[in-house]
Amino acid sequence: MSLASYLKSKLIPADVDEHINRIRKPIGSLGYDPWGYNNEAMKYGFSLTRLIYEKYFRVEAHGVDNVPAEGPVLIIANHSGQVPLDGLLIGFALASREQQPRIPRAMIERFFPTVPWLGNLLNEMGAVLGDPVNCAKMLANNEAVIVFPEGIRGSGKLYRDRYQLKRFGNGFMHLAMKYKAAIVPVGVVGCEETIPAIANIKPLAKALGIPYAPVAMPVVLPAKVHLNFGAPMYFDDLEIPEEQVTERVDKVKAEISRLIDKGLTERKRLF
Amino acid sequence: MTEQRRPHILITGAAGALARQVIKQLRDTCDLVAVDFREQVYLGDDIPSYCIDFTKRVFEDLFRRYEFDGVIHLGRIQSSQLTRMRRYNANVLGTQKLLDLSHKYGIKRVVVLSTYHVYGAVAYNPALIDESAPLKAAGLSADLVDSVELENLANIYLWRYPELNITILRPCNIVGPGVRNTISTLLASERAPVLAGFSPMMQFIHINDMADAIVRAYKKPVRGVFNVAPEDWVAYQHALKLCGCKRIPIPSIPPMVPNLILKTLKLKSFPSYLTAFFKYPVVIDGRAFAREFDFKPKRPLKEIFRFYRENKRPV
Repeated sequence: MSLASYLKSKLIPADVDEHINRIRKPIGSLGYDPWGYNNEAMKYGFSLTRLIYEKYFRVEAHGVDNVPAEGPVLIIANHSGQVPLDGLLIGFALASREQQPRIPRAMIERFFPTVPWLGNLLNEMGAVLGDPVNCAKMLANNEAVIVFPEGIRGSGKLYRDRYQLKRFGNGFMHLAMKYKAAIVPVGVVGCEETIPAIANIKPLAKALGIPYAPVAMPVVLPAKVHLNFGAPMYFDDLEIPEEQVTERVDKVKAEISRLIDKGLTERKRLF
Repeated sequence: MTEQRRPHILITGAAGALARQVIKQLRDTCDLVAVDFREQVYLGDDIPSYCIDFTKRVFEDLFRRYEFDGVIHLGRIQSSQLTRMRRYNANVLGTQKLLDLSHKYGIKRVVVLSTYHVYGAVAYNPALIDESAPLKAAGLSADLVDSVELENLANIYLWRYPELNITILRPCNIVGPGVRNTISTLLASERAPVLAGFSPMMQFIHINDMADAIVRAYKKPVRGVFNVAPEDWVAYQHALKLCGCKRIPIPSIPPMVPNLILKTLKLKSFPSYLTAFFKYPVVIDGRAFAREFDFKPKRPLKEIFRFYRENKRPV
């Protein structure tokens, strides 16, 4: 037995192997898709994320069955916690559900592809550069796509601003309308407490070419995470002025706000 | 009863492996004339072959003598060949002369071979780039300017002289027996450099499939620009592994470091101006071409890589 297959047998339990194989992704003859997703790498990612999801953050997910089993879907959530753990946890919740699991794609910051190893690793796990063309092509491919319309405004916010939704971009609504994609709102509670930041050193971030440089403890705290998936929302594809698109975005935002409040009420303690 | 006249076709870049495959597919049904500005090649007694600089006046004599119906322009000097200035003359001015003569002598079909390099490798590229995407290569390296200029020129002629029926093909990496481009040389070598921590998605098309695509394009006079790529993808470092290449990592950050190292080493197989293509993906969408010309590549990636694994240094 070679080292690679020995490691695989140790790290990837048979049920994970079978579970991932069961989810049919549109991949080429060598297991890749155009964005770099790789079935084999996904199995390692899934096994590792299971530990983080179940043991470290002890995630409680409600309503994950609200995500349609097929067709284009936009999973829209609030962004928080400096690093994109929220995307990972939402992705795992959907990929691990018993009935008709799906491996969703997360749209990531434009900064990631320039980081060696990490950029490729994220791509192999299904993350994709957050470009509207990518999102459009994936919806056309009937993928489920996780989008954080707050972008770095959300993930980079400080602890004192926790659970306050920042401005939502309108891009996701235009794509949902064009590709007749269902929008599933998600309220994430708990990720704000994983890396609480008290300040952002903007000059340092600029010098390093990164979106923000938080002043925070160099650890990820094991906060308990609650994910609340709302009922799918559908919008028609009529030509409407931008003002009305913003109104539709606000509807989604209000629903996410409601789901966050639900999570906060459910939460008994931080850790 | 008069016998129907066989089509007369001028094929440029005759010394290249791709042109030879195209010639092989067309020689039974068409009267071919082969030219190359690098060397004269013998292609059999039935195919006249010339070594000619397109910018010289004698080139026009071929058009007078052979009364061409169509032109297949494969004679693009790759970025790894010649100096920047000579390449510009050959690719841009040479192509302009070729298109001018095609217009003057009433050619009815022109197929121009371009490359996916024109899109440029940048970190912000989406995947499945389609033909209407901007060509960013010129802004990234002066060594790719001639590739973009060649395209612009062909595009201007495409709209100005619709009767020429110009089709521009932008293939992904062409590989296979006899191919001498950068990527083929890398796959064929024992050891290949990689940028540490970067393994961009790549697409490969077998030379015989590409020749098939060119012949199909020639036979159906649909004007336009088309990407040519199979619907299959692989990460660069994985491709090297499947070809049996040992990977030699080059430090990749900060970005100045690999450029400095490659400029110092002057590796022909890993030129510094192509560094970005080994760092960021340029994944093109070939579905429009496949639909329009009913094209489906026949050789899978595994077969292509097996060839390289079993034939180290095939050229």
